[in-house]
Amino acid sequence: MTDILERPTSVTATDQAAPLLRVSNLTKYYGHVAGCLDISFEMRPGEVLGIVGESGSGKSTLLNCISGKLAPTSGSIAFNSRRHGLVDIYDLSEPDRRRMQREDWGFVHQNPRDGLRMRVSGGANVAEPLMNLGRRHYGDMRQATMDWLSRVELDLGRVDDKPRNFSGGMQQRIQIARNLIHNPRLVFMDEPTGGLDVSVQARLLDLLRELVRDLGLAAIIVTHDMAVARLMADRLMVMKGGHVVETGLADQVLDDPQHPYTQLLVSSVLQI
Amino acid sequence: MIATEAHARPNAAPDERYYTYAYLDEQTKRMIRRAILKALAIPGYQVPFGSREMPVPYGWGTGGIQLTAAIIGPEDVYKCIDQGADDTTNAVSIRRFFATVADVATTEDTSEATIIQSRHRIPEQPLADGQIMVFQVPQPEPLRGLEPRETETRAMHAYAEYGLQYVSLYENISAYGRIAATAGYPVMIDERYLMSPSPIPKFDNPKMHMNPAILLFGAGREKRIYAVPPFTRVRSLDFEDYPFETQSWDEVCALCGANDSYLDEVVLDDQGQHMFVCSDSHYCADRRAKGHAGPMAGHALAHIETEIAVEEA
Repeated sequence: MTDILERPTSVTATDQAAPLLRVSNLTKYYGHVAGCLDISFEMRPGEVLGIVGESGSGKSTLLNCISGKLAPTSGSIAFNSRRHGLVDIYDLSEPDRRRMQREDWGFVHQNPRDGLRMRVSGGANVAEPLMNLGRRHYGDMRQATMDWLSRVELDLGRVDDKPRNFSGGMQQRIQIARNLIHNPRLVFMDEPTGGLDVSVQARLLDLLRELVRDLGLAAIIVTHDMAVARLMADRLMVMKGGHVVETGLADQVLDDPQHPYTQLLVSSVLQI
Repeated sequence: MIATEAHARPNAAPDERYYTYAYLDEQTKRMIRRAILKALAIPGYQVPFGSREMPVPYGWGTGGIQLTAAIIGPEDVYKCIDQGADDTTNAVSIRRFFATVADVATTEDTSEATIIQSRHRIPEQPLADGQIMVFQVPQPEPLRGLEPRETETRAMHAYAEYGLQYVSLYENISAYGRIAATAGYPVMIDERYLMSPSPIPKFDNPKMHMNPAILLFGAGREKRIYAVPPFTRVRSLDFEDYPFETQSWDEVCALCGANDSYLDEVVLDDQGQHMFVCSDSHYCADRRAKGHAGPMAGHALAHIETEIAVEEA
C-alpha cells in the first residue's frame, strides 16, 4: 500500500492547495425518502476516494448527484474545472455543464453496456471522447486509440470488433480506455469490477491502480467490495442509511474501524 | 404526364372535387406552412408538426406529399421523381395524385417545374431561383443510429454537440479504409445544425451548398419538417485526413454519354451484361434529344423509354 501514497510528480504544489471537488451539505430526497443526507467532503487532485456501504446506503445517489446526473435537493457541489475554475456544477448552464463533463470527467459504469455504445466498434468507442472534444484527424485519433488499447492490455488486432464480441473483462478495459483517453481530471467509478470473476478482477484492479497512479488522476470509486476499497482508495467514506458514518484513510478505516457498522462491514469480509 | 402536358390543366370545377383543394384541409395546411416558415427561419432545425394520415402508407412519401399539399397552388408546375426517374411507379402515382387534387400542370422538365418532389435525387440540372425542392424523408434524425434517445439527440442539437456523428465516419474508415457512407450523408447547415439530407446520394450533397432554390424536407412518420433556405452554406462532414468525396464512375452513361451525372447500374441479362445509365431520366433524355450518344446508344432500353413517351404523348 505504501506505493499508492507516493503521489505522482505531475501534480504541482498549487494544484494540491486548491480542492478539486468540494461537496457541501449535500442532501437528496426522493419524495419523502432520503437518498443521502447532509454529506460534505473535499477532494484534492490525484486523490482516490472510496465510498463503501451496503446496497441502499445512498452510495449511488451520492455518485449520481456529484457527477451531475441527478440534481440534489439541497447542498452544493463545486468542481475545479479547467474552463471555469471552482464553480458549483449546478450553477453552470446545461451546455457548459455537459461540456465540463466531457472535458474533465470520466464515468466507468459497473455494466460496460451502460458505458459503451454496443453498436460501434471498440476502437470507435475509445476514440469517441476525442471526437466529442472536437478532434477531427482520423490518423491521430486512431494512433491514440491504439496507444490506449495497449495500455489497457487489449489485443490491438481486435480494435474493430464490436463490444459484444469481447468478454466482460475486456469490455470493462475498453470502457476504462474510453474514459481515460481524453485526460480527465476526475473519474467516477461505480463498482468497476462488479460482475467479474476474481482473477479478472485482480488483473483489472492492478491495471486501474497503475493507470490512476501514472496519470495522477483523482477518482471516486463506489464499491461494496472491501478488497477493492483497500487496493484502490487513499481515503474511505463509509455510508449507511444515507449518512456518512465514518471517514478516514483507507488503511485506518479498515484496520481500526470505529463505528459499529464499519466494524460489521469489515468483519463480514470472507476469508479463505 | 410528360413535358408536352405542361400548362394543359385538367381544370376540374371546384364543386366537382371530392376533397379540399390539394387534399389536406385548410387548417392542416396552415399548420404545415407555419412549420415550414419556422424551418426556413432556423436552417437545418427539425420542426415537429402534426403529421396527418395520408392515402398512402408511411414510407411512401407522406412527409413530402404533405409539404407539397401545403405549398402548391393552381399556377404551379409539378414534377415528381423517384430514384431520379419521372416514370417510376411511385413518381407517376404521386404526380397523378396532385394533378387530380390540386389541378396543377405536371412536367418532367426540371427547368419548367416550380415544385419538384423527390426521394433519392436532386436533379442534375442546377436548380434555379423560385424553384422549391420537396424531399421525402424516412429518418430525419442523423444521430438516431448512434443515439436512440430522442431527449438526448435534441439536447445534442440544442448545444451543437456533434462529435458523435463523427463516430459513424470513424467506423467507416476503420472498416473500409475510406468514408464508405453513400446516401443520407450528414451535413452541417450554416455551421450550426447537423442535418440528414434524406437518402440522396452524397453525389448530390455539393448541389445543396449555396443553392438558389428552397429545399424542404418532410418526414411523415417521424413528424418533422426541416429546410435549407436559398444560399445557405451546406458542408458535408469529413476528417482532416479523409476529406469528403463524391462517388465517381469509370464509365459514362451508356445512352447519352454523360460523364458528369449520377449513374445507375442496370443488369441486362444473367450472363453478366450490364450498363450504366443516368439516374436522372429527364437529364438523359434531354441530352439524347440534343444529339449526345453514349457507347450503347440505340439500345433496346432506350427504345422502350421512347415508346412509352410516344404512347403517353
